[in-house]
Amino acid sequence: MDLIWDGLREAIHILRTGDNSVWSITLRSLLVSGSAVVISLVLGILGGAFLAFKDFRGRNILLSLVNTGMGLPPVAVGLIVAVILWRSGPLGQFRLIYTPAAMVIAQTIIAAPIVTGFTAAALRHLDPRLRTQLYALGASRMQMLWIVLWETKLPLMAAVMAGFGGAISEVGASMMVGGNLAGETRVLTTAVMLEVSRGDFPVAMALSIILLVLIFIVNAILTSVQQQEKM
Amino acid sequence: MAPKLSLRDVVVRRRGAEVLRVPSLDVHEGEVLAVIGPNGAGKTTLLQVLALLDRPAQGEVLFDGARVRGRELSIRRRMALMMQDPLLLRRSVAENVATGIRMRGVPRSERKARIGRWLARFDVAHLAERSARKISGGEAHRVSLARAFALEPEVLLLDEPFAALDQPTRETLLDELAGALGETGLTTVFVTHDRGEALRLGDRVAVIVGGRIRQVGATAEVFAAPVDEGVASLVGAETIVAGKRVASADGIASVRVGEHVIDGLARDGLPEDVLVVLRPEDVTLMKPDSHRPESSARNRLHGTITRITLLGYQARVSIDCGFPLLALITKQSLEEMGLAVGEEIAATFKAHAVHLMARGASVSIGEQRSS
Amino acid sequence: MKRIRFGMLIMALLLSFGLLACGSDKETKEETTQPTSAATTQKTPSGTAAAATTTGTAAAATSTPVVREGPKDVILATTTSTQDTGLLDVLVPEFEKDSGYNVKVIAVGTGQALAMGERGDADVMLVHAPSSEKKVVDEGVGIDRRLVMHNDFVLLGPASDPAGIKGTTKATDALTKVFNAGAAFISRGDDSGTDKLEKALWKKANLDPKGKSWYEETGQGMGASLQVANQRDAYIMSDRGTFLAAKSLSLTIVLEGDPALLNVYSVMGVNPEKFSLVNGPGGKAFADFMVSDTAQSIIKDFGTEKYGRPLFIADAGRTYEEVGLATPFG
Repeated sequence: MDLIWDGLREAIHILRTGDNSVWSITLRSLLVSGSAVVISLVLGILGGAFLAFKDFRGRNILLSLVNTGMGLPPVAVGLIVAVILWRSGPLGQFRLIYTPAAMVIAQTIIAAPIVTGFTAAALRHLDPRLRTQLYALGASRMQMLWIVLWETKLPLMAAVMAGFGGAISEVGASMMVGGNLAGETRVLTTAVMLEVSRGDFPVAMALSIILLVLIFIVNAILTSVQQQEKM
Repeated sequence: MAPKLSLRDVVVRRRGAEVLRVPSLDVHEGEVLAVIGPNGAGKTTLLQVLALLDRPAQGEVLFDGARVRGRELSIRRRMALMMQDPLLLRRSVAENVATGIRMRGVPRSERKARIGRWLARFDVAHLAERSARKISGGEAHRVSLARAFALEPEVLLLDEPFAALDQPTRETLLDELAGALGETGLTTVFVTHDRGEALRLGDRVAVIVGGRIRQVGATAEVFAAPVDEGVASLVGAETIVAGKRVASADGIASVRVGEHVIDGLARDGLPEDVLVVLRPEDVTLMKPDSHRPESSARNRLHGTITRITLLGYQARVSIDCGFPLLALITKQSLEEMGLAVGEEIAATFKAHAVHLMARGASVSIGEQRSS
Repeated sequence: MKRIRFGMLIMALLLSFGLLACGSDKETKEETTQPTSAATTQKTPSGTAAAATTTGTAAAATSTPVVREGPKDVILATTTSTQDTGLLDVLVPEFEKDSGYNVKVIAVGTGQALAMGERGDADVMLVHAPSSEKKVVDEGVGIDRRLVMHNDFVLLGPASDPAGIKGTTKATDALTKVFNAGAAFISRGDDSGTDKLEKALWKKANLDPKGKSWYEETGQGMGASLQVANQRDAYIMSDRGTFLAAKSLSLTIVLEGDPALLNVYSVMGVNPEKFSLVNGPGGKAFADFMVSDTAQSIIKDFGTEKYGRPLFIADAGRTYEEVGLATPFG
């Protein structure tokens, strides 16, 4: 228990002294996972809308795949992405391994099925006649999608929160494709791993607390967007 | 002038099966066309095709005489559709009305004016800033009406708009709709399963059964002379005529129909313009010069038999007493009385058998709507 | 309107992504996450300047600024022990400063580091498993192998020393005692240099601890394994540097000084002729740097301030035999 109190004190100390490295690591966590979530959102909305609205043979198979994707083990994703991005791999020439971009790719693969699955479920719950009414009002396909997304704001925001949570808490894949390089690809989760292996537990705890607070803040913002009525 | 909206050789298929086939249908500028039919007959499909929301497998939709293929979105923005469920969005009432207008590119100032005007027209201006989730069913239907009319469309399409409401609310809203239609002279197509509604609002009625239109014509004609049994069962093969209530006393409402006065049961709130509905089973026939026994039947009319239709062990007898009157008697009675077309006959029925309905001030049966 | 707020949230994130993708914050590159008591690994100019002045040698003379040619990134595959001591946190920025290269330090076990080289996934390797390095050199994959530094391994254990190792001088004797006492022993089991040495010692003692209940393999790096051993009050073999740099340990040294515990670090480039994506000039530049006077003087004094004695002994220029190995490959 002392360790947790030590960690708390260390965390406050860090935030007060404004240690550069911790801020930059925190910012990087936010940017990497945030980007992954934004991309997942775009993919998720398009994919979810496609799965929800278009009736085609094999739709159920595709939906099952997406649902399976929600439970993908991140470390397995990390390994596969790493093998592909290594110089010895098929996409090595893009020199993406050990860069933040590689981490965004891995985290997107982890988060996208979550967002897609939630979005598809939310959209399918909608009254199908609503879309008819919107088209009748004169909506183009894009306008219809935008309005319908606002109508399903609640589950959609839940999807974003779930996707973000999955991405920012992820450590295995980020380690493998990012390499935990100081100043380049070190994020909160990988930094925690490093401090633990060094035996610097107070700092590790502090970083964990910062990570928790970060997730809380982000979710608080998203929840407020989710809960407001368009009034 | 070309009809406002037309279908030519339209065939609609769902999962390979044919669900609608309309060789030809015209909706004229300024008229109200009612579409009635049993469940699953294809009414909604027909409306979807007219609303350009469903592209038929074959055939063409014509708007102002020109084919719409390829420009569905722009034509759709000149029409309005009202569905059974108002399906309002999660935002304020005013915002809901604004949504459609905005999508059609109406400038802001004009937008606000229209919203205000039409919310007021349907008595929901006080709800403008309220969340659409927090209003009653009836209020939601009014907002839906406001939303449709605010679009100031050239064609209004309605799919059983008030089916989900209770009777009194439905009556009220029908009146409001009838009033608004009368003022705007909008070309309207509306789907209903309620014969009274069709009669109240429709200039012409189309009867659709099994994916095909069995009969189209002026409402009164279709109702009075259904072309086949299928249509007849739908339109109810009843006597339905318009009349003016001239007196109410002691629970009896007296209605003048042509040169007759018919007594029916009085009801609160019955206006002057009413529809008299009489089921053929409730009409008793007797020879005109027969000795009139004392009976409780208040109504006795004289007329001439115009048609006799045999239906198994029953016979439907059409009588012209200044208006078409239908009676249903047993075949046995028909033979015993030796009735034949052209004969004079007397028809009696009780006041209880007379069903009186309010009729909108819009149009009387047989009159064509002026454009 | 509230919908705009929603859209702005999205725009903000998209913008950030753009910023992120375009450039990493190399300018503000920080080397550690130890914000408070980071005395050891402080990369202050004063630190290196002090080293230069005390040694007296014109450190500047031999470390001519390298003119960067070709790609900027150099992937260094090395072991966890070099990273966990914090030595690289000092050396790498020093190299990057003048050369203009950006070094990506991938610290994994020796086995994995060599494997990365064999796949061409690294540009230069800094490892300490001479016998394993032979294969890589013979294949022609590892080129220009040079001795950099050495230190020694120590046998660590709980203060209670249940197997009674203290006082023993030979590593194999100590391991025999551990085996007979059935005392808890943590092994890295990750194919690293440390692990290979440990396994070789067991073999030399004619013992096979594998499968025994008291013998556990973590599969992790040195730092992490030390923590496990600490929690378990177990014996463990470690390089001296990582042990000294690790925090929160209550383990003590129970045996040291046996020549068999020599730990020799070499640097090799990955042959660019075998792999088109390898940064040949960059790898060579780093390898040259490791044996340069600048680097060597840093290595020589590294750890003195904090631990009273240096963690490594700088060896560039000497032969493997001079350091104590029978052959250049152990």
